[in-house]
Amino acid sequence: MNVPEQSKNDDSPEYKMSSEDLDFYYGDFKALNNVTMGFKSCEVTALIGPSGCGKSTFLRCLNRMNDLIPISRVDGKITLDGENIYLPSVDVVMLRRKVGMVFQKPNPFPKSIFDNVAYGLWVNGIKDKAFVRDCVEESLKRAAIWDEVKDRLQDTALGLSGGQQQRLCIARALAVKPEVVLMDEPASALDPIATQKIEELIHQLKEMYTIIIVTHNMQQAARVSDVTAFFYLGKLIEAGDTDSIFTRPTKKQTEDYITGRFG
Amino acid sequence: MPVDEESLLEFNPAYDKRRKIKQSFFFFLFRGAAVVNGIALLIIVYFMVVNGWRAITWEFLTQPPMESMTKGGILPCIVGTFCLSFGAIIIALPIGISSAIYLNEYARPGKMVRLIRLGINNLAGVPSVVFGLFGLAFFVVILKMGVSIAAGALTLGAMSLPVIIGATEEALKSVPDTYREASLGLGATKWQTIWWVVLPSAMPGILTGAILGISRAAGETAPIMFTGAVFFTPKLPTSIFNEVMALPYHIYVLATAGTEIEKTRHLQYGTAMVLIALVLGMNLVAILWRARLRNRLK
Repeated sequence: MNVPEQSKNDDSPEYKMSSEDLDFYYGDFKALNNVTMGFKSCEVTALIGPSGCGKSTFLRCLNRMNDLIPISRVDGKITLDGENIYLPSVDVVMLRRKVGMVFQKPNPFPKSIFDNVAYGLWVNGIKDKAFVRDCVEESLKRAAIWDEVKDRLQDTALGLSGGQQQRLCIARALAVKPEVVLMDEPASALDPIATQKIEELIHQLKEMYTIIIVTHNMQQAARVSDVTAFFYLGKLIEAGDTDSIFTRPTKKQTEDYITGRFG
Repeated sequence: MPVDEESLLEFNPAYDKRRKIKQSFFFFLFRGAAVVNGIALLIIVYFMVVNGWRAITWEFLTQPPMESMTKGGILPCIVGTFCLSFGAIIIALPIGISSAIYLNEYARPGKMVRLIRLGINNLAGVPSVVFGLFGLAFFVVILKMGVSIAAGALTLGAMSLPVIIGATEEALKSVPDTYREASLGLGATKWQTIWWVVLPSAMPGILTGAILGISRAAGETAPIMFTGAVFFTPKLPTSIFNEVMALPYHIYVLATAGTEIEKTRHLQYGTAMVLIALVLGMNLVAILWRARLRNRLK
């Protein structure tokens, strides 16, 4: 878009995605309270906080996955490239193609490895076989699982180990060329070695994508993220450079949480 | 008085013995209940085979009834029952599956959905003879189909709808939401998600519903005796607007209305055996298909 330089919002000049005064309700329960924060391209942002603090809810607002919950309601706004994604004119299907998601438990479809990755292309109308094949290979390579599955692409994805399944799910998400990748505790169901692989992968992926990751594991947040945001009781308590959050938190609650005094 | 915690936590052999006896007693009860099912089936099959095996001949399977149904075969009944139950399932499966998809995937909970569910549950409770009368009034008379395969199959189809809807809904519920979320998260529409992800995973359960539906439809007498089946016709049907003979109705006729009920006893048992075999045969197709799908989903 051709936006004149001076008309851009001064305090969010380079945010790929951002939320402004976001409230979220499950029925009468207010799960998110006035959350305002931004996410930059080519950075990993970690959302941390104790169970029930709203970090996953916030993540699922970013691709409107919460729309699936009938009694939920959103106030405030979330922008992608400056456009409010909660406007009625926005096509949710297109939004979710741009903002991909990796879930807590690996959830490959009960289909072949190839079909799992190709699925996103097919549903988006891409039928050219050679192109799909190249895309599948590229996505699997990018998700660092190509070497493990290249000889058995037609085997069922459910035969893979948990860690492989999760990398397959990442490949599946990458295949539709998203701009933002949301990850909801992507390693919490995995063993330490699989977790390490996922973390290395996140590190490589951030060069091309905006990555937002929810994690329960503070060491993981410290290892993989550039920015960390701490949520507590539905509020964003503090967000900033991961280094400063973990070494010099400005809020007492943040300090208590990262030092393990509660949570 | 202060409670002595030490003695409370002590191992109590008498209590332990009591609870183990209780467990054995209930497990025995459950096992007994399960075994009764098998025995009941065995007894039914035993009686049918012992009394009916003499009737099963090539002629019995390929000839129409002759000499006031005391001789000949039951070919028109076999063909008739096959047409009626196959027709019923062809009608009921698409409608039943579509309704279940609407209720489970699209409909927002509310008055409308509650009303529809109430309707379906009540449909399941309607006695089959009432379906027969409904079919007579609506399909045969008002829609002028006459006593025909079409009217009988529609009546049977209406009767098996609740079974199919129930089984399909259960099957859809058993598809994990994570599949739906993964698909929607990739930019698939709701319909693409249902068609490519949800339905394939639910298919084995849906086929179970189809099996139950066929079995119920094939064995019913009351819904077809006014709508599709007749006492006697030696002709095989050539169109869906022909009337047919049907196995369950034929059994009923032989056993209650024939001139020589005792003399045709073995024919009655033989017909029952053929009915069970036919239902089993049709179910076998669905069962094999289901097994293949389950294998592929693994």
